[in-house]
Amino acid sequence: MVFSPEALARANKIIARYPQGKQKSALLPLLHLAQSEFEGWLSPEVMDYVASLLSIKPIEVYEVATFYSMYNMKPVGKCLLEVCQTSSCWLRGSEEILEHIKNKLNIEVGETSADGMFTLKTVECLGSCGTAPMLQCGADFHENLTVEKVDELIEKLKKKNERSTYLKSLVNS
Amino acid sequence: MGKKLLLEHINEPGIETFDVYRKKGGYASVEKALKTMTPDAVTEEVKRSGLRGRGGAGFPSGMKWSFIDKKSDKPRYLVCNADESEPGTFKDRYLMERLPHLLIEGMITSSFALGAKTSYIYIRGEYMYIVRILERAIDEAYANGFLGKNILGTDYSLDLYVHPGAGAYICGEETALLESLEGKRGNPRLKPPFPAIAGLYASPTVVNNVETIAAVVPIINMSGDEYAKIGVGKSTGTKLISASGHINKPGVYEIELGLPVEEFIFSEEYCGGVWKDRRLKAVVAGGSSVPILPTELILTTAKGEPRLMTYESLSDGGFATGTMLGSGGFIVMDETTDIVKNLYTFARFYHHESCGQCSPCREGTGWMEKILHRLHHGHGKKEDIDVLVDVAKKIEGNTICPLGDAAAWPVASAVRHFRKEFEAAAVEELLV
Repeated sequence: MVFSPEALARANKIIARYPQGKQKSALLPLLHLAQSEFEGWLSPEVMDYVASLLSIKPIEVYEVATFYSMYNMKPVGKCLLEVCQTSSCWLRGSEEILEHIKNKLNIEVGETSADGMFTLKTVECLGSCGTAPMLQCGADFHENLTVEKVDELIEKLKKKNERSTYLKSLVNS
Repeated sequence: MGKKLLLEHINEPGIETFDVYRKKGGYASVEKALKTMTPDAVTEEVKRSGLRGRGGAGFPSGMKWSFIDKKSDKPRYLVCNADESEPGTFKDRYLMERLPHLLIEGMITSSFALGAKTSYIYIRGEYMYIVRILERAIDEAYANGFLGKNILGTDYSLDLYVHPGAGAYICGEETALLESLEGKRGNPRLKPPFPAIAGLYASPTVVNNVETIAAVVPIINMSGDEYAKIGVGKSTGTKLISASGHINKPGVYEIELGLPVEEFIFSEEYCGGVWKDRRLKAVVAGGSSVPILPTELILTTAKGEPRLMTYESLSDGGFATGTMLGSGGFIVMDETTDIVKNLYTFARFYHHESCGQCSPCREGTGWMEKILHRLHHGHGKKEDIDVLVDVAKKIEGNTICPLGDAAAWPVASAVRHFRKEFEAAAVEELLV
C-alpha cells in the first residue's frame, strides 16, 4: 500500500510547507490525499502508511482521523451524498430533499445503495445557507436543491460511474 | 446605497485574476505599507480604525495585534481563520471564492505589520474547491513579486500557504485551530498563554478571521481615521452579513454598521422582505450561537428604539431582551416556523460538534439534544422545559472554550421568548 508517484510528489510538496521538525502539521492534508487515493476511506493500513510518511506513531494518526467528520472510517459508495440539515437548510426544505433521496435510492442515512454507487450521510452546516437546501458530493456543492435537481444529479452521477472524492473533483474541475 | 469597501468590485468580470484585481487598484495597500510605512505604523492605523474581529467575538483587532510578543526570538505567525462553520454564516466563502486576491493582499499587509515571515490560511475542509481558487491566486501573487523573497524589492519576505481542515466546527476557536494546524485533534487549549505569546508551534501568533484581514486593505488605503468615520460609535466600518432563511433575497450583503435592522430585512436593497408574503416571527441575528429574538425585539429594543446593525444596539438589553452581532449570520424565520424544531437542529449541531474535552459541554449538549428531540416528537414533559434551561445554565461558563456558551445561549433565549411553544409541545404525562 503506497501512494502513486504523483500523489507522493504532492505529499512531499505539502510536507515542505511546514517548518523543519513540524512535518506532523501535514497530517490533515495528507489524510485527504490518502482518502482520495484509496477508495474514499481510511483503513488501518492506509493510516499506518500515512504515519510512516510523517515519521509519527500510528496512534497519532488514528486519534486525528476519528476526530474529524470528513474522514470515513469504513468503506463508502462511489459517491458520498452529504445532505446539510442545520437550521437554514431545514428552514428551506432539507427534510424533503433527504426523504426523497432515501426513497429514491432505497437507503437510510449511513447506508450504501445495493449497487455500491451511493452512500447517504447527513452533515451539519456547510456554509451554503444563502443557497439552501444543499448537498455536497466530492468537492462539489449542489445548491438551491429541488427534488427534480436531485433526480438529475443522481442520473448524472450514475452515468459517470466514477468515484467522487474531494481531490479528484478538484483535478477534474 | 451604503459604502462598499470589500465587495466594491465583486461583480467585475475576471476580478478573481491578478491582472483584473490589480487594474482595479488591488495590492495598493501592500505598496503603501511596505514602501512608506513601518510595521508599527500599520498596526497603529488598524487601531485607529476601530476594526473589531469579524469572526464573531468583536475584539478590537489592532489591540490583538499589539499583544504579539516582539521580544521572543521565535518566528511570528499570522494565521487566517477561514474555518467558517457557524450555522447561518457564509460570507467568508463568498469573499474567498470571488475575491481571493483581497484576502491575499490583506494577509501580506497584515503579516508585514506583525513581522510574520510565514503565514497560513486555515480553511475548513468542506471548502476544498476554494483551496484551489486561493492557491491559483497565491501562485499569481508569487509570480508578480507580491509574495516570496524581497517583496517589491524591499527587505520584507513572506511565504503564504493554504491548509485545509477536515470537518470540525470547534476548529473555528483559535486555539483548537492551532492544534489542528499542528496535525492534532481540535481540542481548545487552556488560556493563558494566549496565542500572541505561545500560539502556533509555541511561537507568537495572531489568528484573524477572513473578513477582518480583508478589512485591513481599505483601512491602510483610506487611513484608519477615515475608516472610523463610517458606522456608529464603536461599531466602525462595514460588515458582511450572510442573510438566509425565509427571505426573498438570501445572500451576502455588505452594510455600513448602523443600518436599521428593519431596513435590512424589508428593503429591496437587502433581504427584500419575508418570503411568500408571510409575517416575520423571529431572527437569529449573528449566527446560531447568539440569542434568538422575536419580531418585536429584533426590530426595536426593549426601550422602544429602532434596533440597528451594530455591536452595541443588537446587544442592547443584554441577554434578557437583546442578542449579538456575532458573525453576521442573519437567519430569518417566518410565522410558520416551529421554534422547538429549529432549536432541536441547533442542539443537534452543538452535540455533534462538541470536542468532548469538558464534561459539562460533552454531556450537556447530548442531554439538550435528547430533551429537545423528545419535545419535538411529542414525548416531552412540562418539567423537561426547566431541565433543559437548567442544563444550559450548567454548561455556560464552565468550559475551556466558548462552544459551551454557544450551545447554551440559543436554548435559554428560545425558552425565554417562546416558552408557550415549548409548553404546547410538551405533554402532561408520558404516553405509554
